Formats: sequence, C-alpha cells, structure tokens
Amino acid sequence: MEILVLLVILMIVGAIIAVETSNLLSSIVCVGAVGFLLSIAFLFLGAPDIAITQLVVEIICLIILIRATISRDLTAVSGDREFFGLTVTLAVVLAVAVAGILCLADFPEFGKSVMDRIADPPTASSQYLATGLEQTGAANIVTAVLLDFRAYDTLGEATVLFCSILGALAILRKKARRRTEEETEGDA
Amino acid sequence: MNDLSTTEGMSLIVKTVTRWLKAFILLFGIYIVLYGHLTPGGGFAGGVIVACSFILLNLAYGQRQGMKAVSLNVAGEMDSVGALIFLAVALSGMFVAGSFFANFIETGEAARFKLLSAGLIPVSNIGIGLKVGMSLFLVFTILSAMHVAVSGSERKMIRRGEE
Repeated sequence: MEILVLLVILMIVGAIIAVETSNLLSSIVCVGAVGFLLSIAFLFLGAPDIAITQLVVEIICLIILIRATISRDLTAVSGDREFFGLTVTLAVVLAVAVAGILCLADFPEFGKSVMDRIADPPTASSQYLATGLEQTGAANIVTAVLLDFRAYDTLGEATVLFCSILGALAILRKKARRRTEEETEGDA
Repeated sequence: MNDLSTTEGMSLIVKTVTRWLKAFILLFGIYIVLYGHLTPGGGFAGGVIVACSFILLNLAYGQRQGMKAVSLNVAGEMDSVGALIFLAVALSGMFVAGSFFANFIETGEAARFKLLSAGLIPVSNIGIGLKVGMSLFLVFTILSAMHVAVSGSERKMIRRGEE
C-alpha cells in the first residue's frame, strides 16, 4: 500500500518534469519512466498480464518516439507560453480533477479489487472467476476472459489495429513520398 | 544478416550483441504467445516482443540489412494472415457449434494446465500474436523510413517561414 503511494508520487513527479523540461529527449525519457513505474504498480496490484503488456508497449513507444520524432524535429523548445491556452488547460484539468475526486468516493479502497465487493449478488465478473477454468480450460483467467467470454471485444480491437495500420501504410507509402519529392524539386 | 563489416547501423559492439540476443528475444516472444493461456502474457504482449526483436535488428544493422529478415511485403502479409486466423476461429465456432466464437474443442480435465488445452484459445493467441507483432513492426518501419526521406526539404521550409 505504501509502495503504491510512493510509485504514484514518483509518476506524478515524472509527468510534471516531462511537461516542464525544455529538452524534448529528457521529456521522452520522463514519459518512459512514468510508463515503467506504472508497470511496477500493476505488478504490486497483482496484475502480471497488464504489467507485461505495459512494459513491452512502453519500450516500443519509446523507440518509436525517439527514432521517429527526435531525429527529425528540433529537440529544444523555447519561448513563453500563451496566457489563454494555459488558462483553459488549467481550468479543464481542474474540472476533470474535481469530477474524478467525486467519482472516487464511490470506488473501493485503493488497492482492493472491485470483484470482491460486488460478488453478492452474483455478477458476470464473479461468475467468470468462479467457473472460468471449467468452462474454458484455460488456466490464465485473463486470457479466458479476453479470448473466450469477451472474444468479440478482442475481435473489434484487432480490427481497429488492422484499420489503423492500413491507413498509416496508405498515407506514408513510398509512391506518395516520391511524388512529393518530385514536386518540391520541380518548384525549386 | 551477420555481416559485421557494414558501416550502416550502430557500432560493432551493438551488432555483435544483437547477433547473440536476437534469437532469444524472438524465442521469448513465441513462448509468451504459446503459453498465453497458462501463464501471464498472451497474444498481444508476445506479439510486441516479437516485433521488438525485428526492431532491434533494424536499429543495429540499419534499414537495408534489417529488411532482409522481414521485408515490408512479408510483414504486411503476415499481418493479414494473423487477422484471418482470428476471424477463422470466430467463424468456425459459428459453423461447427452454432454461435460466434464458440469454443467447440473439448479437451477435458486431464489436459488442464498443459500446453494443448483450452480448445481454440491458443489458436486465437497465435493469430493475435502474428497480427500485433507484424503491425507494430510495420508502424516502426513506416515511421523511420519517413524520417529518412523527408528530413532535408521539410526542415528548410520551416526555417524559411520563421525568418
């Protein structure tokens, strides 16, 4: 419990540094640190599946951010902030924080699982926990839910990924790139 | 692939370490995918680790050498094959057992906690692993290939506007 609070405080510090620092590379490193701390927090909360996924996705994100962003753009940010934009952002953050605190009043205690609380009367999630092994034969209950009870959701998720890759390939493919290069040469 | 003398990519040390590590990272990814129904992990996490091994090859040996392992076309085809495997699992449930995603293979209690258990779940895991791995590899390749082609002219145009 104490270690979770410590992890959350470290994550908040990392996020603030990521926003405030002027060097883009340090900013990305701080974002990565927040992600890795979140992965450790998942481990302490007893969710190794999500911890593994968070870890590997964070690594991929860091590689793509550094490789695709840093080497292309200017790596240092300078200049003052706009007053109007900053005020609006702070107001929105404040509103979301107040709403979040109001919602948190109805949540179970930090670090306790939701499923313990709603086991009586029996709900769908408690039924999955009780009969998951007999019904699916999968020892890992997370996989049993993802690929058997809720496989339709996973199909939708896979479709979203497929469509996004299709769009990225269509926009960034080699032919379009060659044409823009020829056009810029012609203009010059 | 094992040509250490190319000037592309990173230093000799990184190339040598990559040559030793690439197979283990790939193997770990495949293990996470195949044992997804028994241990923590699954298709998504394992697929990302598989993508990591190919990305490591690309980073260490440079784009041209790395592309020899998995080219853009092969990655795109494997991506589609993974999606089709998952869809085939869904449709086979409909045709054999009468409902979408029905897990119609009964393995019984004796097979529990073994690799060949849980019916169609391992097959779905393999499909999702292929899909996610190749998709993320494609994303990385597209974005890093973009940066090589655009860098020169784009940057000049931005600076001209600022002046």
